[in-house]
Amino acid sequence: MCRLSAIISDSYFSPMENIMALETMKEGHDGSGLGLVLRDLGGEFEDLKEFPILSGICTEKGLKTMDEYMVSIGFKTKHLWDPKIKEQKGLKSRGFYFVRAYEYPDWAKEAGQKVKNDLLLKTRLELREMGLEDESIIIFSFWPDLITLKEVGDPLEVGLFFGLDDNPLVAKNIFAQGRQNTNYAINLYACHPFFIEGYTTMTNGENTAFVPIREFLTSRGFPGYVGYRSDSEVFCHILHYMRYQLNLPLHYYKDVITPLFDREMESRTDKKAISLMKKCLRPLTIDGPNCVIGTDIDGTVFMVQDAKKLRPGAVGGAPGKYALMSELCGVDAVVPDRDRSKDVFPMKYDMAMIAKDAKEIKIWNQKNGSMSTVN
Amino acid sequence: MESKERLDVNGQLTLKELPYIISWDAAKCTRCGQCTAVCPQKAIEPAVFVQRLVTSDGSLPLPQTVRQVGHGIRQVTDIERYCVGCGVCSQVCPNDAIFPEYNEAHKFAFHKNQKGVPYKRGGRRNSTEISTLDQLKFTRISMLTDPALDAGRHEFHIRTLLGRNLDPEAMPIIVKDDTLGLDETVFIPPVREIFPIRIGGMSFGALSPHMWEGLAMGVAYLNEVENIPVVMCTGEGGMPPRLLRSRFLKYFILQIASGYFGWDEIIHAIPEMQEDPAAIEIKYGQGAKPGDGGLLMAFKVLDLIAKVRGVPTKVDLASPPTHQTKYSIEEAVAKMITSMSMAFGFRVPVYPKISGTKTATAVLNNLARNPFAAALTIDGEDGGTGAAYNVSVDKMGHPIASNLRDCYLNLVKIGKQNVLPLFAAGGVGKTGSLAANAAAMIMLGASGVDCGKYIMQAAAGCLGDERNRCNLCNVGRCPRGITTQNPLLYRRLDPDKVAERVVDVFKAADTELKKIFAPMGRSTQLPIGMSDGLSVSNRDIAERLDISYAC
Repeated sequence: MCRLSAIISDSYFSPMENIMALETMKEGHDGSGLGLVLRDLGGEFEDLKEFPILSGICTEKGLKTMDEYMVSIGFKTKHLWDPKIKEQKGLKSRGFYFVRAYEYPDWAKEAGQKVKNDLLLKTRLELREMGLEDESIIIFSFWPDLITLKEVGDPLEVGLFFGLDDNPLVAKNIFAQGRQNTNYAINLYACHPFFIEGYTTMTNGENTAFVPIREFLTSRGFPGYVGYRSDSEVFCHILHYMRYQLNLPLHYYKDVITPLFDREMESRTDKKAISLMKKCLRPLTIDGPNCVIGTDIDGTVFMVQDAKKLRPGAVGGAPGKYALMSELCGVDAVVPDRDRSKDVFPMKYDMAMIAKDAKEIKIWNQKNGSMSTVN
Repeated sequence: MESKERLDVNGQLTLKELPYIISWDAAKCTRCGQCTAVCPQKAIEPAVFVQRLVTSDGSLPLPQTVRQVGHGIRQVTDIERYCVGCGVCSQVCPNDAIFPEYNEAHKFAFHKNQKGVPYKRGGRRNSTEISTLDQLKFTRISMLTDPALDAGRHEFHIRTLLGRNLDPEAMPIIVKDDTLGLDETVFIPPVREIFPIRIGGMSFGALSPHMWEGLAMGVAYLNEVENIPVVMCTGEGGMPPRLLRSRFLKYFILQIASGYFGWDEIIHAIPEMQEDPAAIEIKYGQGAKPGDGGLLMAFKVLDLIAKVRGVPTKVDLASPPTHQTKYSIEEAVAKMITSMSMAFGFRVPVYPKISGTKTATAVLNNLARNPFAAALTIDGEDGGTGAAYNVSVDKMGHPIASNLRDCYLNLVKIGKQNVLPLFAAGGVGKTGSLAANAAAMIMLGASGVDCGKYIMQAAAGCLGDERNRCNLCNVGRCPRGITTQNPLLYRRLDPDKVAERVVDVFKAADTELKKIFAPMGRSTQLPIGMSDGLSVSNRDIAERLDISYAC
């Protein structure tokens, strides 16, 4: 089963922390890939917060196609970061790993957020499409203040391969997933974390309800709901759908993917609404076992799992730094000197959330309809 | 020497023409006469034979021939009295001296249209081919990548929704202080949570009072004691007046069909109803006899039925092939759905049932746009009937699997797969695999299924089969007492036993569904449209249904 490692902090840290946490959880992932998403960036990206960053991999041909396309639609390169690739045993460079911040086209600079979002999505999808057939361009994300790196291989070796041990990249919110390949051939588009319009998730476990969920999402008429090389990509799109399209508050993610039985709804003041939602969003019910760690558009990090998850993920830390891991040893690796009595294991009714300032853990209990705080 | 006339048998059938030939053992027969008394067709009759016996008396063999008169039974060759193979003769025989044998080489179809009247019967399509549903396998077994569930211990939620769900984007949800509320001025269609296998429409009239009562008792028990919310459709013809005014009404789907039989009684009962019915089914077609209306033959229109239906006794009750108001789907179907919704205060789901047809998707798209259409039931060619022309039953209709799949994928295309639930009928449980067939239909995209013939066989021992056995449902001579209004016959059926069997059947199906869903890792929601769970070892079927091929 995949290993998940998310850290949120009020100060910048290196993704190597996430990777070292994955190392402690190693017994369980087969080293078939590493995915990293960094948000709330520091270092050389600290002053580039409003500029969208394109992350991906391309061949020489792809690079040319991409540059021509970006110029043609008016994006200007603002800043470039290329990893200093250090060849590792068994890992060969695919070509160009790029992380580029762009200036919006002139016409879009003063446009509203929605127009900008649509432009970023459209550009990402078009680039993806251009490089899909010959794999000349692979695009992971295109969003301000957010970088994605992915490669197949052992997580630690991939980290060294990207030269992350020299701390070229730092951020306050980093997701890392050590992949355990299950259903599908190893494909970079199947590697977590997944991204759509500022929402990211990573998951472990298997989503047995994948096909009906995919059919539901693709039939929404939203152009971004494509891909699905992994059954876990739907968790990210469900988050986007319920937040962006239905405008539901974040903690209702729990009611969307793991609705209560009718008999359990009695103590909820919003019983009528969640009862209706359960019916109308019936195809989005996951059937686990899954642990989902995600980031909302405002940078809030959360962990949620379904009732079948036999070994729940763990959340622990202290004000200023929290770790959300699929295994407790991962939390120990990141924040060893914490008050362990305050560790949270979100059980079947719980959703743990930590806002961008990393001050406290909020726990939403779906059954009681109550929010509590651990700090 | 016989006369010339006696030897001229042209114009008479031989036994070899008939589908069943009675095998009778003269040595075992006690001549009690019970078989001839019970035969619903009068296909056997007491007979006198002249026998030539060779006997020998005394200590030495001195054979001599004796002509003597013997008694026994003889099968008649009159096509109107052909043996239907029901086998009731064997059941009553105290000495196992008689049973009907199927005659593969029969020529029945050449003769069963005497006086210019085509063969009419009840039952199901006579075809012993293996149905598509029975070929589907469940192949996505959760192994080590995710733990399979324990069907005996894990909590399962084997329920489905009957009723229209709003498009999620149209939910009248208001967000206030991070909490959700509902705008209650917006119409939210009624939705029932039910067990995904329903008992399909079999009318009070087609079924005997004992059969109907047994089914109804079983359904009530399942709901109130076993917590398995099975609903049952009335078929056309209303329901017993007392039941209509009882608290049990909520377990019944009231069907309105083109004859509107029983609806005078229903409409007048509305003010006195304690509960709303589960739903209203508008029957536009029936899988077993597409394009044919309902038919309750005069033999079955006795006092009680005539009273409930509001008609004279002993007349043929033919419901027209189409609703007389059905000028076009846009107008009449929509109007009918709206009128029925209005009659029940918009609190009851109203949906049409059509027979399987290539044009089902056209109907579906229309319903998808109608905000009051609650569902669509599609009844495939393997459905059963109480009475129909043989040609309709055998040759008309569309198999359910691809019809349902097309409709589901069509809904997926327009994003309404959860808005308009599809129910599939016609051949579910045809060979006894009720739960497996239901699960397969659900994974192809059905929200639930209907069964009719299965329940008649399992709960009441219906004798019919795919080789035209019995099938006397239309003439009111059902030897089991299931489809007759003749008290002499229906007294054979014990309603309590029928009810017990209904409960057995659904409890067993509930467990079997869990045994199917558990290894596939599904428990919280019905795996509607989980087509990656299915495979078939026939490439053409795999391609047509868009599922995987496995061999």
